[in-house]
Amino acid sequence: MRGYALYLFKRLFQFCLVVFIGINVTYLITHATPIDPVEQTITAATAFGTTSPEAIAMMRRSLQDLYGTGGSGFDQWLAFWRRIVVGDFGPSLSAFPTPVSTLIRRALPWTAGLMLVATLLSWGLGNLLGGLAGYYRRNRLLKFAGIVAMGVHPVPYYIVAFVLLIIFGYLWPVLPITGAYAQGLQPGFSLEFAGSVIRHSLLPTASLVLVGIGGWFMGMRSLVSNVVTEDYTVYAELAGVRRRRILGAYVMRNALAPQVTGLAMTLGAIFNGAIITEQVFGYPGLGSLLVAAVHAGDYSLVIGVTTVSILAVSFAVLLVDVLYPLLDPRVQAR
Amino acid sequence: MWKILRDLLRYNWEFTAGVILLAGVTIVALLSFVSPYPPLDVYVVAPDLPPSMEHWLGTTSRGQDVFWQLSVAIRNTLAFGIVVALISRVIALAVGLFAGYAGGPVDRLLMSVNDTFIVVPIFPILVLFYFVMRDQMSWGLLALVAACLGWAYDARLIRSIALSLKTREFTAQSAFSGMNAGEIVTREHLPYVMPVVFTTTMNNMNWSIGLEVTLSVLGFTDVNTPTIGGMIYWANQHAALVSGIWWWIAAPVALVIAVFVALFLLAVSMNEYIDPRSRLARMGGG
Repeated sequence: MRGYALYLFKRLFQFCLVVFIGINVTYLITHATPIDPVEQTITAATAFGTTSPEAIAMMRRSLQDLYGTGGSGFDQWLAFWRRIVVGDFGPSLSAFPTPVSTLIRRALPWTAGLMLVATLLSWGLGNLLGGLAGYYRRNRLLKFAGIVAMGVHPVPYYIVAFVLLIIFGYLWPVLPITGAYAQGLQPGFSLEFAGSVIRHSLLPTASLVLVGIGGWFMGMRSLVSNVVTEDYTVYAELAGVRRRRILGAYVMRNALAPQVTGLAMTLGAIFNGAIITEQVFGYPGLGSLLVAAVHAGDYSLVIGVTTVSILAVSFAVLLVDVLYPLLDPRVQAR
Repeated sequence: MWKILRDLLRYNWEFTAGVILLAGVTIVALLSFVSPYPPLDVYVVAPDLPPSMEHWLGTTSRGQDVFWQLSVAIRNTLAFGIVVALISRVIALAVGLFAGYAGGPVDRLLMSVNDTFIVVPIFPILVLFYFVMRDQMSWGLLALVAACLGWAYDARLIRSIALSLKTREFTAQSAFSGMNAGEIVTREHLPYVMPVVFTTTMNNMNWSIGLEVTLSVLGFTDVNTPTIGGMIYWANQHAALVSGIWWWIAAPVALVIAVFVALFLLAVSMNEYIDPRSRLARMGGG
């Protein structure tokens, strides 16, 4: 148990470091801007006419803290961090006077759901197929799957999503290409709504899985082909253990551990992909929110989405790391 | 050197395919120097013409010849990838080699920072950067920032090699004969990691070109410099697909996919070349 506690402590420390460095990078970037976002935003907000003076004052204060005009450098840094820790980014300009945190809370579940399903699907399928391809090396079908995975893997998310959009939007329009559910449908726990959500998520998920699966496939295939030559595998074969059991309990189980570590390392990239995919398919998650915020010149919203992204990804990585000892008992023994 | 290339071409179909694809793309990029039209000018030819003998890949709604526009765009995009790869290689080599050689607390500290850069989602940060920079965002600035964010994964790889090199006898001998850490790392260890550096260069170029394309397509870069992403951006702005100008979109997408596949195949084949066991297996000797 002491080994696990030490492991947990190290992971927690790494989590704090990721958040610290990530947020400080955003601090540096926002304070390097050559324009004055505070006055620009206030002018834009008051141009709408009917706005309450309290909301304007709130916005001015939050923007001053986030983009640092006033006070010494250290004071600015403290004010910036206070805003992040409390999670208060002030009112948004594009949806004035809705707070930025409300907008993000509304968008986050869509992104999280999309990422979760896509990650589990591509990781699970990629490892399963890769494991099979590494174990049954002469299988034609699996060899072909390997070539397809290798071909799609290097292409970035945007291009794959875009090609899917062309195919299913213009050439063969069978799937919805925009939105998270059919328009006019009341969100709730009905069969119709759930079906609509699944139908709308098919294309974004497919683009993420298509790009993601190749890396896991190739990684698992080479890991398995190493494990197959290990003494314990050869021994199990000679002892007459059933092939399926060797593959599951001897080969795959041992090859899986580095793949879980790999999952933690690629979560950031998967998140980048999810953000871009959302933009292409008009999915109402963080990605669409971010792009819309940039186009609307909404300073508070952009910084809100960026910091929440960093927090969410580092938390997901921490979660994978905490669960890792379940798969690899060596961590606890140490 | 030539012998290695000959062996690779003969026994490794991935390498051959990658070289042929990349050579084709490079020729297109080099043709941009003899382009009959200035790349930044619009309405130099009749707009919306389909591919023909006169305009090989048709013309755009902005009155540009798609082929010549494409050759300038791919040149800029490739240059971007190369610049990012070079800068980030320097950072990755410095961090990886020194972390591996120093070991102990220095290694742990550097690797903690390193892991942070691996995990942090880069795309929102780059969007934020564009957002606060606006008109001052240039091609070079984007390359610099991308390089500063994209070195971490390769630094870890280089460090793992440096760790094992450190325990080899020649390292001890160099240390006893009076070389300092800097000299050992650059003169003794650097040659051993160079093959890995070449492989990671290909992967890093793929990564940075993908980043550039994605950012430009959304309009989050200097879209007036012709790049592959910029071309798709302008095509989308003119709703090229809806109005049936498909060649304006298809040409850059096809070419950039060729680049990705070529670089990836080269990386895979070089990776295999570094591992002598799989090289032997391929030649039928093992």
